[in-house]
Amino acid sequence: MTSDGRMVGRADCTRREFFGAIAGVAGFLSQTVQQSDSQTGQVYDPARAGRSQTPITAADNDKSVQGLEKKLRCSCGCGLDVYTCRTTDFTCTYSPALHKEVVGMLGNGKTPQEVIDAFVAQYGQVALMSPPRRGFNLLGYIVPGIAVTVAAAVLFVVLLRWTRQARAAAPVLTTAPPDATPAELERLQRELDKLPG
Amino acid sequence: MPLLGTLALWLAFLVGLWGAITGFVGGAQGRADLQQSARHATLALLAALAIAVISLEIAIFRHDFSVAYVAGRTSRNLPTFYLWSALYSGQEGSLLFWAAVLSLFAVLAQVLTSRRHRAFLPYVAGVTSLVATFFIGVMLFAPANPFTRLPFTPLDGSGMNPQLQNPGMVFHPPMLYLGYISITIPFAFAIAALLTKKLDTEWMVAVRKWTIVSWLFLSIGLLIGMWWAYVELGWGGYWAWDPVENAALLPWLVMTAFLHSVMVQEKRGMLKKWNLALILGAWVLSIFGTFLTRSGVIASVHSFTESPVGYYFLAFLVAAVAACTVLYVTRLPLLEAEATLESILSREASFLFNNLLLIGLAFSVLWGTLFPIISEAVKGVKITYGVPTFNFVNIPLGLVLLLVTGIGPLIAWRRASTANLKRQFALPVTAGVFALLIFLVAGMRDVGALLAFSFGAFVLGTVFQEFARGARARHRQYGEPTWLAVFQLLSRNRRRYGGYIVHIGIVLLFMGFAGMAFKTETEATLRPGETAELRGRDGHLYSFTHLGISQYNTLNRYVTAALLEVKRDGKAIGRLRTEKRQHVDALGNKTFEPSTEVGIMSGLRVDLYVVLAGLVNGTEQAVFRFTINPLVWWVWFGGFVLVIGGLIVLWPGGPATGGTTPPRSQAGYAVKLEPAQ
Repeated sequence: MTSDGRMVGRADCTRREFFGAIAGVAGFLSQTVQQSDSQTGQVYDPARAGRSQTPITAADNDKSVQGLEKKLRCSCGCGLDVYTCRTTDFTCTYSPALHKEVVGMLGNGKTPQEVIDAFVAQYGQVALMSPPRRGFNLLGYIVPGIAVTVAAAVLFVVLLRWTRQARAAAPVLTTAPPDATPAELERLQRELDKLPG
Repeated sequence: MPLLGTLALWLAFLVGLWGAITGFVGGAQGRADLQQSARHATLALLAALAIAVISLEIAIFRHDFSVAYVAGRTSRNLPTFYLWSALYSGQEGSLLFWAAVLSLFAVLAQVLTSRRHRAFLPYVAGVTSLVATFFIGVMLFAPANPFTRLPFTPLDGSGMNPQLQNPGMVFHPPMLYLGYISITIPFAFAIAALLTKKLDTEWMVAVRKWTIVSWLFLSIGLLIGMWWAYVELGWGGYWAWDPVENAALLPWLVMTAFLHSVMVQEKRGMLKKWNLALILGAWVLSIFGTFLTRSGVIASVHSFTESPVGYYFLAFLVAAVAACTVLYVTRLPLLEAEATLESILSREASFLFNNLLLIGLAFSVLWGTLFPIISEAVKGVKITYGVPTFNFVNIPLGLVLLLVTGIGPLIAWRRASTANLKRQFALPVTAGVFALLIFLVAGMRDVGALLAFSFGAFVLGTVFQEFARGARARHRQYGEPTWLAVFQLLSRNRRRYGGYIVHIGIVLLFMGFAGMAFKTETEATLRPGETAELRGRDGHLYSFTHLGISQYNTLNRYVTAALLEVKRDGKAIGRLRTEKRQHVDALGNKTFEPSTEVGIMSGLRVDLYVVLAGLVNGTEQAVFRFTINPLVWWVWFGGFVLVIGGLIVLWPGGPATGGTTPPRSQAGYAVKLEPAQ
């Protein structure tokens, strides 16, 4: 399988593997086998490996299907989106069914938005991983940002007021200025600026 | 043993009540006999709860399935390693664990607190005993007694949930609990300070290290939890904004804010009200998190089953918030600042903005966690506030916080001059801009990732500059070589430079998080000998050749394992194994649905993450999910660096980590120009 979903065989077959394969094929042809393909023989106890899977199709790996499924919530209660649930919790019976539903709808010519609308109509807004950005739901998106922005603005104003108050309350220097030339004071300031943090 | 355990719980309950009463009354009336009795009660509480814990562990190790808790969470063939963790793997046991650890911390607080803070100790004993008594009360009066017996004794137990049978789950819950529980000690000191009206900076010094301990345990707990989710749950990530994860993040964020703002109080005598509120808030959030985990009010993959226990926590939470609020408000006049802010361009102000962002982020996480409930209550509409929404809202806040992490240390205490700012910001800003340009030229277009890397470079520039200047100053003054100068910086000012190490850890974590923007994945069905290929965003082509399926029995499970050979650009780099595990009891009965074990090949650039979905019609033809996760290794390494930094800060001794408030003359770099004589 390539990165775009295409299956490939082993390209870098060594000489040993080549002759091994020849011998395998010869052995395969010479014996009476109960199975059509020796490379996909039955495992000892299939039940131990969980639910039987169906081979991956092009639709399973389709980026648009995956992208759409990442916007839809699985209804099994896991809190994951349909794509993540069906590729993670292989005991879940809901997400494969929802996946089939999505693929079916897209196959019937529905646009992604129509699929989303159909899910919302059938299951309610809870079927979406993100609530629609309108109405009351908008609060879910903007309240934290607004709260932080407003708090930052208030903090800025309060800090400005504190600093003004501090300056107003500071004692006025009535004694003589320090006995230093402007050049010396400037040099002192430069040295002070060099002090770490 | 169950009888002994129940008796020990009742004894602990009565002793806890006694400790709470004598602590508060002794403190209020100044009666030395009651105060001493309260201190002794903390010891007796620890002894009684230790007996209860040992009783439960003995029941677990003896496979005493007449005890419902033991039968419900263990089986005869459960590996010994996980028998230990059965203590806290369920609702009832974790409550006992919580109460026992709290009683241990209560004793440590009494023993380790210096004589200078003795006045607080009766109240500290009172608060810790009261909280522990609440937990014991929940066990005894809610249906949460870990020693409840079954009407019959089953031959074998149900076993432990396979997802909990992972080393991460052995260490993640206790670390998280230790973090949660130890917050009670700073909280108890805060209540003691409020009750005694000794609200100067002294009490803060008494709790600072306890807060770092809590923060460190919570950090470790969160990180191990992330690691467990990554290696065990199989969805390819480590943070899903699950309500229970969020509940642990909330007190962590608040304590992080406190650990910054407490410096302002220590140096300048400011932010007393704010710091006190943060400590009270962190504890309230820890109880809120416990309520969320145990009430079933919000669906979570981590939570315990829905039970009435949640209502007990809700009642306790409401009562505690009310009591704290009343106490806090009545003491506000005593919490006036000793100094004023001189400039908005000062470290004090930058710490305030840092606090604003941390608390804003905590609010944002809380808001997202509760928004589905709010929506249902207000509009009657059920909604999902999922990962995309959390990311949309919180990533910008997180990025600004990362930027502020770099700005804070560059601004001087009290007042920063323009020249000082130019000099301080030159190198870090250059580093940030340089990183931004490099990644832009390299073709990166993801805005979030670009900002994360750029701000990260800015913060690293800040830290590097701080170390370089400090080391250069030592080199000039003492002639020390660079390595020794850096070591001396770390050892002589652990708090400051340990904090910078923590900042490095945070940067690495953010870089790891940003890497997830470049995740690639595909599914494939492979027969033995067939190969799937996937190109990573690091430019390499990875191929996975299915070598075959094997089945075998081990410990308490039947394993179906798939082996894959992995190549990068055609060159073999190793083999990966991913499994399906069918857990069974000692009689061979299946105990849970088959679980998945992920195959992970971890590297500095990418993690190769393979999941065996299952077999096709019971043959060796298998369905796999292949994921390439960039930079995940840096998340774990960043976490490690963060913990090391925290340990450096916490390490006892050293001139700068003493327990006294520095004299006012040392605050900042103020210079007084004496007038001419």
